[in-house]
Amino acid sequence: MNAVIHCENLVKTYDGKPPVEAVRGLNLAVLEGECFGLLGPNGAGKTTTIEIIEGLLAPTSGEVAVLGRHWGRGEDDDTIRQRIGISLQETKLSDKLTVRETIRLFRSFYRNGLEPEEALRRVALTEKGDSWVVKLSGGQRQRLAVACALVGDPHLLLLDEPTTGLDPQSRRQLWDIIRDIRTQGRTVLLTTHYMDEAERLCDRVAIVDHGQVIALGSPAELIARLGGEHMIEFTLKDNGAFDPATLNDLPSVQSAQKESGQYRLAVRELHVALPALLGRLQQTGQALSGLVTRHVSLEDVFVALTGRHLRDEESPKS
Amino acid sequence: MNEQQQPAPARRYSPLRELVLARLREFYREPEAVFWVYGFPILMVVALGIAFRNKPVEQIPVDVQDGSQAVEVKQLLEKDNRLLIRVHDEATCLSRWKSGKTDAVVMPLSGPGPRYRLLHDPTRLESQLARSLVNEQLTHPATSAESALVREDELQEPGSRYIDYLVPGLLGMSLMGGGLWGVGFVIVDMRIRKLLKRLLATPMKRGEFLAAIMISRLCFMVPEVLIMLGFTWLTFGVVIRGSLVALVFLVFLGAFAFAGIGLLVASRAKTMESVSGLMNLIMLPMWMLSGIFFSYERFPDVALPFIRLLPLTALNDALRAVMLEGQPLTAQWLRLGILTGWGVGSFVLALRWFRWQ
Repeated sequence: MNAVIHCENLVKTYDGKPPVEAVRGLNLAVLEGECFGLLGPNGAGKTTTIEIIEGLLAPTSGEVAVLGRHWGRGEDDDTIRQRIGISLQETKLSDKLTVRETIRLFRSFYRNGLEPEEALRRVALTEKGDSWVVKLSGGQRQRLAVACALVGDPHLLLLDEPTTGLDPQSRRQLWDIIRDIRTQGRTVLLTTHYMDEAERLCDRVAIVDHGQVIALGSPAELIARLGGEHMIEFTLKDNGAFDPATLNDLPSVQSAQKESGQYRLAVRELHVALPALLGRLQQTGQALSGLVTRHVSLEDVFVALTGRHLRDEESPKS
Repeated sequence: MNEQQQPAPARRYSPLRELVLARLREFYREPEAVFWVYGFPILMVVALGIAFRNKPVEQIPVDVQDGSQAVEVKQLLEKDNRLLIRVHDEATCLSRWKSGKTDAVVMPLSGPGPRYRLLHDPTRLESQLARSLVNEQLTHPATSAESALVREDELQEPGSRYIDYLVPGLLGMSLMGGGLWGVGFVIVDMRIRKLLKRLLATPMKRGEFLAAIMISRLCFMVPEVLIMLGFTWLTFGVVIRGSLVALVFLVFLGAFAFAGIGLLVASRAKTMESVSGLMNLIMLPMWMLSGIFFSYERFPDVALPFIRLLPLTALNDALRAVMLEGQPLTAQWLRLGILTGWGVGSFVLALRWFRWQ
């Protein structure tokens, strides 16, 4: 399969005191027809990376090829622009234009593309066609932004945090739209710091931290790397202190960790591990104050890889 | 790949047309902007027109020193209704004179020699006017129509009044304001909203974008000028002596020059504060120097060549030459050259320096 996007050793350093190294040697290959997610916490370098791919930022060093072409090489720029559709993290489209007028404006920049009505239909904004942008809800605005990205009928869609700040219903609506785009054979690259979004939408995910890809694979693969599909989390009365490592020998337990009073076991088979755990706690005279089990998520992958949570603003060193 | 959608023929969508339409729509859907562009200049003309139209004959205060002849002198001087005569004792007269409350002081003298002492200040225009009016009344009290050497005609016809002088100046001023604000503000606003960046991520041609901003500015300008000229024609009878074609050409050239400057001002600015500051920096000197409200010839001679190089000076001079004197454009190559130079020069620099993201 062809790589639609190819990044090699991408570096972007912003001038400043001290200089900010937003991207430090990032490698990436996005394949034709897949939905690829860049997952990472705020400040991981996702937006910088996607803006370099979009040709809006120049990398400090490294190679970028988009649809087999390179930014800044003569005719290539226009060729790429004609064939990609983007939505930035924040764009305030003109308040006093109607939805239809906005789409028409964006349509006019492309040689080929969708009828504005078709673009509106795909993002379910047909009924809002004559409304001013200022009257739209957050979710509707985001769908309009996606429609602006779609209207040139692009081969490649680049969406920077398409659902950030939206209510659950609007997010689900956007997921449907993105899935729809993907089933039409288009390639999608999106950034997100929601792991559930990445799990549900993306064929493959690159987990980005400190400007580098630290893990790459399908969500299922990444989760499988933890060795267990389930997670048991429990807390003990009196903040009972005993070494989580002593739990490693329980049947079906893949790993055991303790973080701020909470024990966390990654297990393969819940029905084997749970009775064993309860037995062990009883033996050692520990009393539970809470216990939950759940499926392993990309969040757990991220925590396992970095010792931090995805949405920690200030990353505490583990 | 998908069912009914067929690629639309490319020619149905003109980006330039869509960009201009978008600007026009954004503008007329914003009532405040419409007021500032169209309403405000009219209010200004009305205010100034009222201030200067039915202005009573100017009153010139002259003091007379109290004494036996005071009443007689007062009656004599009051034959000229421009003089406002007040009688005070000597000390009061002198203190009022020193503080500029009166333009001249008449002190009747007794004994041989001159009959009056007249205090005046040769460096003050009003004082000189007072002096000559007082002299006229005191020395030739009985000038009759037959014995007069000069026949006086009062001139109040359209074309030579203050309002006639003012309208071309205000027209130039509003072309300047409209160009700078209309172009500069819009661009900085789009930059702040990241709309500029979003547009740049499309295949949009940068030149077409800038051309659309300029074209839409020229579109806004047409009603602005028509309203202003129509209004002053109806209310004050301000007429255009020269060719209408010449006037239209000048208005477009002026609008183009200031739109170019607006573009230049906005080419790097990242905040509203910085663009407002820059605009005031550019407009304020021209408001004062370029002869909007009064002739710039009053500034020192050494400054005049520089003042004439300012775009607003060139525009105002050219507008007045066409509107008031009926001169053809061929008589003002230099002014046209200055305006074109500003427009083209700033457009080129703006293109080079423009910060797209």
